[in-house]
Formats: sequence, C-alpha cells, structure tokens
Amino acid sequence: MTEAASTVPASRLGGAEVRKISKIDIGLKRRYAAERRFRTYGVLAVTIAICFLVALFSSIVSRGYTAFQQTRISMIVDFDPNIIAPDGDRSADAVMSGNAFRFDDLIAASLQKTLELDPNDEDALYDALDLLSKGSAPMLRSMIANDPSLIGTKRNVDFYATGDVDSFIKGSIRADIPESQRLIKDKHIALIEKLENEGALRLAFNTGLFTNGASTRPEMAGVGVALVGSLYMMLVVLVLSLPLGVAGSIYLEEFAPKNRWTDLIEVNINNLAAVPSIVYGLLGLAVFINFAHLPRSASLVGGLVLTLTTLPTIIIATRAALKAVPPSIREAGLGVGASKMQTVFHHVLPLAMPGVLTGTIIGLAHALGETAPLLMIGMKAFVVEYPTTPFDPATALPTQIYMWATEPERAFTERTSAAIIVLLAFLLAMNSLAIILRRAFERRW
Amino acid sequence: MSAVQATTAFDTVRTPDPANRPIKIHTASVKVTYGQKEALHGVSIDIPEKAVTAFIGPSGCGKSTFLRCINRMNDTIAGARVEGTIKLDDQDIYDPDLDVVELRARVGMVFQKPNPFPKSIFDNVAYGPRIHGLARSKADLEEIVVTSLQKASLFNEVKDRLSEPGTGLSGGQQQRLCIARAIAVSPEVILMDEPCSALDPIATAKVEELIDELRANFTIVIVTHSMQQAARVSQRTAFFHLGHLIEEGPTDHVFTNPLEQRTQDYITGRFG
Repeated sequence: MTEAASTVPASRLGGAEVRKISKIDIGLKRRYAAERRFRTYGVLAVTIAICFLVALFSSIVSRGYTAFQQTRISMIVDFDPNIIAPDGDRSADAVMSGNAFRFDDLIAASLQKTLELDPNDEDALYDALDLLSKGSAPMLRSMIANDPSLIGTKRNVDFYATGDVDSFIKGSIRADIPESQRLIKDKHIALIEKLENEGALRLAFNTGLFTNGASTRPEMAGVGVALVGSLYMMLVVLVLSLPLGVAGSIYLEEFAPKNRWTDLIEVNINNLAAVPSIVYGLLGLAVFINFAHLPRSASLVGGLVLTLTTLPTIIIATRAALKAVPPSIREAGLGVGASKMQTVFHHVLPLAMPGVLTGTIIGLAHALGETAPLLMIGMKAFVVEYPTTPFDPATALPTQIYMWATEPERAFTERTSAAIIVLLAFLLAMNSLAIILRRAFERRW
Repeated sequence: MSAVQATTAFDTVRTPDPANRPIKIHTASVKVTYGQKEALHGVSIDIPEKAVTAFIGPSGCGKSTFLRCINRMNDTIAGARVEGTIKLDDQDIYDPDLDVVELRARVGMVFQKPNPFPKSIFDNVAYGPRIHGLARSKADLEEIVVTSLQKASLFNEVKDRLSEPGTGLSGGQQQRLCIARAIAVSPEVILMDEPCSALDPIATAKVEELIDELRANFTIVIVTHSMQQAARVSQRTAFFHLGHLIEEGPTDHVFTNPLEQRTQDYITGRFG
C-alpha cells in the first residue's frame, strides 16, 4: 500500500483508495460504538448492583443499629438480709430456693424510694413495676447467689427496662398517637420522665444482645446461644467437609481412572450442589436423628447436615483449583522420580491451596446462612442455656433471626435486624480470614 | 531385526557408530497408540552411552512421543498404550516388576518449557535427592545442590540467592535450573524435550554448551526442532517422519551425506 502510494502521483490518488479507507472507517465506528455500548451496560449493571447492596445494608443497619443500645434503669437496692435470708442462711442454694417474690419486694422497695412514691399507693407501684423487665427479680436473685457478700449492703444495680419502654425511649413507639393505641400509657410516660430527670434512666451498650440466650422478653433476649451454636456447627463442617472434600476431589481429579463411573460420579456431585437444602434437612432428620439417634437440636447434627450441603461446593471448587494447576508441574515432579502421591501433595495441592481455601470459605459462608435444613432437625428451639458441647441443644444465627422475625414486639424487630448485622459481621470475619489465608499461601511461591 | 521388518513398512536406514560406544538404551519395534490413533509405527534404535543422540523431524512425527516412552512419562496420559521393547542396560523398562519411580530416578527429564517448582532455587535442586533419600545429612544435601548447580553452570549466577524462588530466574536460567534438578538425583540418562525452544539465542548457546559438557557423565537424548542445534550438540542423529524412524547414524554423516531422500529433503528445508 505504501509502495503504491509513493510511486503513484498524488493527483491520481483518491477514487477507489479513499473509498476503501472510508469503508473501513464506517466499520470501525460501528465496532467502537458496540464496545462503548457494552461498557455502558457493564457500568449500569455494576451501579444497579451497588444501589441494591446499599439499599439492603442501609435498611438493615437503620433498623438494627438501635438494638446495640438498651435502656437501663439504675437504682440503689438495699440488700436487706431480713428479706433475702430470713432464716440466716446466706448460701447460694438458700438464695436460689425459697419464696421467689422476696426479690420482687426488694425491687419494689428501691423503686418506691427512687421515684419517691407513696408507700401506700399500690397502683403507682404497679405502674412503676411495669417499666422494669419481668426478668429483673430472677436477675437480682442470681446476682446475690453468685456473690452472697452483697447481702446487707446497699448497691447501685442496673435493671433492664421492658422492651416497650426501650422502644419508647428510642422513638419507635411514638408519644403523639392516641393513648388507647399506645403500649406506653401517659402514667408510664410521667414515670419515665421522672426517672430521666433523676438520671436513673439511660441508654447503655447492649452486652446482653451478645451474651444472652433465648427469652420471651425482648430486653433479655440475645444471640449468645445462637452464636455458640453457629460456631460449633462451623467447626463440625470445617473438620468434616474440608478433609473429605479435598481428599475426594484429589482422588477424582488425580488418581481415579477416567471412565463412565467417574463421569457418573462427577455429574451427580454437580447435581447434589443444586439439591434444595431442605432435602438435606429431611435426610438429616431421617438418618442422624431417627436412625442414628443423635440428639435433636444439637449443633453436631446441624454440622453434619451442613457438611452434606457444603461438600459438593468444596469438591467442585477444589477440582477446579486442581485442574488449574499447570500440567508442567506434575511432569516436573514425576520427571525427578516423585511418586504420583508425592507429586500431588508436594507440588499440585500447595499450588491449588488458595483456590481450595476460597471454595471452602464460600461453602462455609453458605452453610452459615443455611436455615431450612436446621428447621428440619429442630434447631429452632427455645434455648436459654449455653451449649457446652456440640451435643447440647443450641440454635443457630439464621434460625434465631427466623424466630425473632415472627415476634410482634417492636424490640424484637430491631433485634432481628441486629442479629442480621451480627451474622453479616460473622461472614465478613470469615471472608477476611479467607483472604488472609490466601495471601499467606500465595506468598510462599 | 526380522521382527522389525515384519511390523514396519520399510527398513530404517542405519549407519553404525564409528566410535563403537556401548549401548545404553535398546528399543525394538516400539509402537505407541493414543486411543485409536497409532502415533509411532514401530521404532527400533540403539542409543549409545555417554553421547548425545538427537531426534529430529517435523512436528507431529512422534519424536517426543518416543522420548517420553524412555522414562514412561506416557503412562500419565490417559489412553496411551506402548508396545514393543525398551531396555535400559538390558532391563526391560515396561516389565511389570520394574518400579517406575526408580526408573525415573535413573532416567531424568528436562522439558520444553522451563518448569521449576514454585519453591526456592535450593529446594528445586534438593527436592529429588530429598525424596530419594540420597543425602545423609544437611551438609551432604548442600553439597549435592552446589555440585549440581555447578555442573549446570548456574552456580555462579545464583550462589547469593539460593533461597529466592526459582520462578524468579530468567528463562535460560530456569532451564539450567531444571537441568540441575535433573542431574541432582544422579541419573544415568537425561531426556531433553526441545529444551531450548523457549529460550533466546544466548541462553540457547549456554544450554548447548552445558549439554556438551554433560555428555562426559550422562547419556543424553535430545529432541530438537533446530537442525543446527542437532548438528552442534549431538554425536548421533535420528530422523523421524510420520511415526517412522527414517534414518539414524552419526550426526555428521546424517547431515552431510544422508542416505534417505526424505532426510535429505528435511535437512535442506524442502519440507518440515
């Protein structure tokens, strides 16, 4: 082309030559336009995704963040030995047994003193008691049982306000609606204002949200048991599914002969990854609970069921990671006389490790959020006590969220969102761990 | 020879070795099939000890396939089947009693693309001796690594960074590292599958020089696409075409005075 241009006089250029260039020009324009369009679609898709994500997070956080604070009413309690231990026995057993109402008497006495109520006005006392959580007396009792030296002293004690008072303080129960439709009546509001003026009523960080177990009273309910249950389940899933999944995929990918049987197995593993998780729950109910007689609601059974749901994910991810290791590394290993197994474990698996870890963490993250199979094996129980082993009854974070979501109280609504935030934080922590592990393994090469 | 004639369509043209070196590897009518396709149609060749034998021929002629039979690397390819006899020092390497791991320790291999392990330079060379238990102590192992690197003429370039990753070296250095790795297990034979095809001319010259030095201690079989390279480094040359061994003989003889028309055509660049 350039030769022709240099030999042909400029005046004779043009015609066919120019037309040809312009034809390419038109085509180019179309190609560039297509590329621009494609990029625009991409930017649009990402923007929409981010918008949804922001909407999701802001809705959860805006509903849930208030649950991390809680209304407390602090009062001076007179630990009167004549009421607590009328027979002089101050042992923990004696405190825990006997007339439970004597602790209500202690609370009533300090309420009357704090609010300067008329000792003979029973109605005013009951209205004031309405503000305190119904869990206050048991709380006081176990406090004394744990530390009998309190008896005979006067101490400042932080009591929980009821969920409704808490909601009122946080503004989710509004004072401007008619009293008949309001859970907090005018007389209560007067008492709350009085407490506020005395500095007895305040908002404090809600530690109980993380440490308490199930409770019908929202102010006493927490995700503690669910956190421990989820943690146990994740441990069971990790301990079982990582070695099983990795060993299985190494065998299938590196050692097994490629024939119809292994093809069939591969297809079925892919199918298992698509089986609805509730089916695994039914399987777990039938096999682990009804047949193997493992305890119901136990995190061990939950972990076993979640292992089943996680295994296909881990196997598929691990096989993909193994496939991505260049065959030249295998040849290099075999070439210096390493056995097949040495080649796989010394060279192939370490290279595949970042991929294996990613797959495992994705599998675990899935398992952490899995709800349906846990409902089938009874992990939707009312568990107050912490599970000490994986054999004890427990709940899990997603089932706790499910249970709270069905409760009508305002205070439970905010706790549902708070539990979701806790679950997301758990996930975030796991993913960060995965990234750290990946970096650690990648740096070695 | 009669068995060979029965299975091949024609005779390989052979010129005997004037130096009359002892035979290291003896093969007779080696056939390789991948699934339904026969890639090698019966190759018989004797490879002399402590010399460089070059396999040349156009792409897809089966020279690499044949090379990979000698340390049974074809075992790793699904559907590959090898027939015929391959003997290393009179021992049949496809004997079911023979341990393939031991064979590969005796017959090392260097591949087309440098493939160091993603580990330190030291560990790359030390890996073979470690898994075979060749070093009794740490000092022993260090000595093996240093001498192997020296034999591969790489030591002076890497002596200050033995703990750095082998993958960080240049292409030519990587290939010499692979050669050091292969000789660290003291093999008797080193197979090289186009070892310089991914290297620049300077690195190629270094590797060729190295091959020439290694000939004193090892039997070397090299597959190459470069006829100049075959002419430079080898003592014997075998020409493959379409799964047949067409001609084999002393390198100078094959290049200056080929007996077969096809060899003549290939080395003069008429096809290939």
